[in-house]
Amino acid sequence: MIYNLPFLTVVALIAIGMYAMLFKKNLIKIAIGLTIVESGVNLFLITLGYREGGIAPIFTNLPPGMSPEEIPEKMVLPVPQALTLTSIVIGVAVLALILSLAIRIYRHYGTLNAEEVRRLKE
Amino acid sequence: MIESVEIYWNPLVWLIAFIVIAIVAYIIRAFGKKEHKKGEQAKPFLSGVEEPSKEAVHVRGGNVYWGFVEALKGYYGAMKKMHSGRVNDYVAWFVVIASILFVVLFALEAIL
Amino acid sequence: MNLMEHLPALIIAIPLITAFLTPLVDRASKKARNVLVFISLLITFILVVLLVQRVFDKGIITYVMGASNPTETIPKQAAVPIRIVLEIDGLSAFMLLISIFISFIGLIYSFAHIKEGGGRFYTLFLLMVVGMIGMELTGDLFNLFVFLEILSISSAALIAFEFKRATTIEAGIKYIIISSISALFVLFAVGLFYGEYDLLNMAAIANEIGGALSHIDKIALILLFSAFAMKAGTAPMHMWMPDAYGEAPGAISMVLIATTQASLYALLRVCFTIYNEALHVVFPIALILLGLASIFIGVTMALLQDDIKRLIAYAAVAEVGYIVLAIGAGLYGFLGGGDKFASLEMWKVALKGGIFHIFNDVLDIGLLFLVAGGIIYVTKERSLNKLGGLAHSMKYSSILFLIGLAAVAGLPPMNGFASKIIIYESIYGVSPILSIVAILASIVMLAIFVKIFHAIFTGPKLAEHGEVPKYMLASMIVLAGLIIFFGLFPDIVLKNLVNPAVNALMEYGKYISAVMG
Repeated sequence: MIYNLPFLTVVALIAIGMYAMLFKKNLIKIAIGLTIVESGVNLFLITLGYREGGIAPIFTNLPPGMSPEEIPEKMVLPVPQALTLTSIVIGVAVLALILSLAIRIYRHYGTLNAEEVRRLKE
Repeated sequence: MIESVEIYWNPLVWLIAFIVIAIVAYIIRAFGKKEHKKGEQAKPFLSGVEEPSKEAVHVRGGNVYWGFVEALKGYYGAMKKMHSGRVNDYVAWFVVIASILFVVLFALEAIL
Repeated sequence: MNLMEHLPALIIAIPLITAFLTPLVDRASKKARNVLVFISLLITFILVVLLVQRVFDKGIITYVMGASNPTETIPKQAAVPIRIVLEIDGLSAFMLLISIFISFIGLIYSFAHIKEGGGRFYTLFLLMVVGMIGMELTGDLFNLFVFLEILSISSAALIAFEFKRATTIEAGIKYIIISSISALFVLFAVGLFYGEYDLLNMAAIANEIGGALSHIDKIALILLFSAFAMKAGTAPMHMWMPDAYGEAPGAISMVLIATTQASLYALLRVCFTIYNEALHVVFPIALILLGLASIFIGVTMALLQDDIKRLIAYAAVAEVGYIVLAIGAGLYGFLGGGDKFASLEMWKVALKGGIFHIFNDVLDIGLLFLVAGGIIYVTKERSLNKLGGLAHSMKYSSILFLIGLAAVAGLPPMNGFASKIIIYESIYGVSPILSIVAILASIVMLAIFVKIFHAIFTGPKLAEHGEVPKYMLASMIVLAGLIIFFGLFPDIVLKNLVNPAVNALMEYGKYISAVMG
């Protein structure tokens, strides 16, 4: 059960993030909701790679008493770590874009409320 | 069966037919009277009132289909409410479609 | 160092490097920047044509990034592909040709109206081209996600390009929120695939899924389907499309159509190649219903609009509905549903109609967007209520608009008629109601555009204007010429481009064996 805890956290994070994106009206809160969903997905990717009792996947600095043949089973998977790093960087770029657009919206409309920032309707 | 579309639609045949019919229409038009007066005889009769300028009676673009929209007022009222323009609704429709698919896919196999 | 061997990598690398050089060259001189961007897109266009010819001659091409031998997809020590594999088959080649051609036309058009901020514009434009081409070249799911995000970020920045108007920024923020949430769910599905199979390559995952779907596969399928259907603009998730297309600057509206078609391509890859025969029959039915809803909502909402570009954007939603309807009918027959439909092989014709319509849709709606952009540039007015009698001064634009109108409504001899009649004829096999709705929607589409034509081109002259600039006219005439040419000779496109694409969709076995050996 303890090993399912990260996956339950992922579900909770995505649920909280989607709640914020669906029901909150402030544009900054919607952006925060998007970031929480992204954190949830990143946590999911990292958790996929975990192997019980595993060490960091670096070949050159092995702990003492480990021979090179028994390595792959004792290491956590390195590929999801690369995927997560890429995703974090993409998330930063998207967040920067959303926040700069929100600043310009505030200058044009005077408000950040999604109910009033809707000149483009129907 | 329908591997190539040219069995029943050959655009060149259509073009030739179009040109032939256009020539026939022009010949029929040429049989008309030539003594048609322009000017005073061609103006509309509005009980003596001066005909207003074309700029004043030109129906603007947004109003051309007023009758159609007015007749379907119930449908368009529902559509306008659906297209509210709020960002939350955009994400909400995604969640609705995904959950409908989820329910159908997993419930269908439980029932059947 | 054989050039032909490394074509796929060069096609991605050249616009990407130019995108990073453009701000530097822009500091020096504007003309040099225009020449640089033009040359790089021209070289990319030539390379894409060479690659497409190679694909049609030799079959599926694979290219492994970072290996000593580019075609060795499975290294000797492993049993599965490890590196990022770019895989180009008939459908990828078709979409690549459309994307690069439309980007090139958009570039020529944009030379006329981008006066300031050009350095930012062309950098973002080239990054958008890289995103589109990358999505269509790649054979790896995570790479698809990365290129999808590159595409979304640069498109959102381009939509919000004219930041002095308030509505463009609103459209930009709505677009990036929508794109971001759908891309995050795509990433979640990629994570699910990785957790289950330890594989990221599309062909390898297709090999592993085999015939039956596990629960995790089903969840991943639902997420991928919904996310890509939203990015492709099917109703009821279409509402970002009128905002984004309507507020983008002139040429970008047309290139945005090609970017939504890249998401449609990703949807086709997921349904036909990764899941192939194991796809549940719910999904083609869902595609058919979404297509019907898009057609109906698109044409009826377009009658309400006052803004010219927003109206054309709703017509674009309806056209996406036609494509999705035809592809859904094709997928339904592919999975064996509807005995008479499947036995007569009409589902192959439906697929041909759908894929041909992808090609025609971007040409027709692209021409309409270009003419609308030209009108807005010359008259500085966007609303239909204030324009009138433009044919007196803008003769060429009115003729080109008339050609686009006939093409979108499906009147002969334009190419829209050729693909729409294939669609009407083939979806009749699934249910007659679909054909009836499709034909009625075409009639309403004709009504919409006759409304615009009557309102803004005919009638008394309200104000004096000039003609659109020469670059704009050149790109519009090229598109109109292609529309009429492919309308008179549709077999050229059908035999050479559409048939290989449909064959590539149906023969998923070749896609899998090209990577897995």
